[in-house]
Amino acid sequence: MKEVLEIIAKALVDYPEQVSVSEVDGEQSVILELKVAESDMGKVIGKQGRIAKAIRTVVKAAASRENKRVVVEILQ
Amino acid sequence: MSKFPNQTEKNAKSVEEATALALDELGVSENEAIIEVLDEGSKGFLGLGSKDARVRVTVKEPSVFAAKKFLGDIFRAMNMEVDIHTDMTGESLNINLEGDDMGIIIGKRGDTLDALQYLTSLIVNHESKDYVKVALDTENYREKRTESLLSLSNRLADKVAKSGRKYTLEPMNPYERRIIHANLQSNAAVTTYSVGDEPYRKVVIAPKNSKPYYRKTYHKNNGYNSNYKSDLIKSDEF
Repeated sequence: MKEVLEIIAKALVDYPEQVSVSEVDGEQSVILELKVAESDMGKVIGKQGRIAKAIRTVVKAAASRENKRVVVEILQ
Repeated sequence: MSKFPNQTEKNAKSVEEATALALDELGVSENEAIIEVLDEGSKGFLGLGSKDARVRVTVKEPSVFAAKKFLGDIFRAMNMEVDIHTDMTGESLNINLEGDDMGIIIGKRGDTLDALQYLTSLIVNHESKDYVKVALDTENYREKRTESLLSLSNRLADKVAKSGRKYTLEPMNPYERRIIHANLQSNAAVTTYSVGDEPYRKVVIAPKNSKPYYRKTYHKNNGYNSNYKSDLIKSDEF
């Protein structure tokens, strides 16, 4: 699911080489921290967070296949 | 620059070899691509003066290609084997997914399918100059969902008409709300409207005005009274 998040983020932004995802394992869930270039923030958040919401939905689906719970955080 | 490079040039000993290399790199078949031979190459004589052949291969439909590549990459990362069928008609790109475990791709009430459709649409329209409408479907989910929304709204409309009480449905996306509004538009007994903000906007099915007005008058006076009839006529006239 880390890979899924990377694929989606890289496809959306102008600077794919600046996309990074780090995985923090919690007890119950996995936290994925997404970093993109500052000018690309809008590309992964969207108006009223619409893009961020769609990304989270797809990553959650990927996680459910591995029976995991996932939280996607977009870092400033 | 496109993130889904749709053109490549390759050198090899023969035109056929160079073409195969280029098609393989792009991941498309021969009929999905335009192949230009830039240099036929030459065998030379006894290994002297031989020259490589050079071809340029370009994908015919860059937006379709981008969509296929994007979805294909996601499904591969999810360890899912999904066949992606695309059909570009005019300005709309219909994508149908086939494979096992499509339930995961549909998600709860289609939310994963909608999310994938939205993301694919962003990527396709980044590649294309004209706006392309992307429709993503699997196992006829869209059609089945439409049918169940139609029968649900018919059933609820009957209930509302009988009870005289409005009914608020669960939150739905604009597309699904429109199906219900359109379906009940010609219904004589009920009217529909939406309340709340996206993404929690909901359809309300309410009885048409005359009935609650009639009831109110009736109850207020604890039964039939002489005013009731004229009230009803008034409300119908205006």
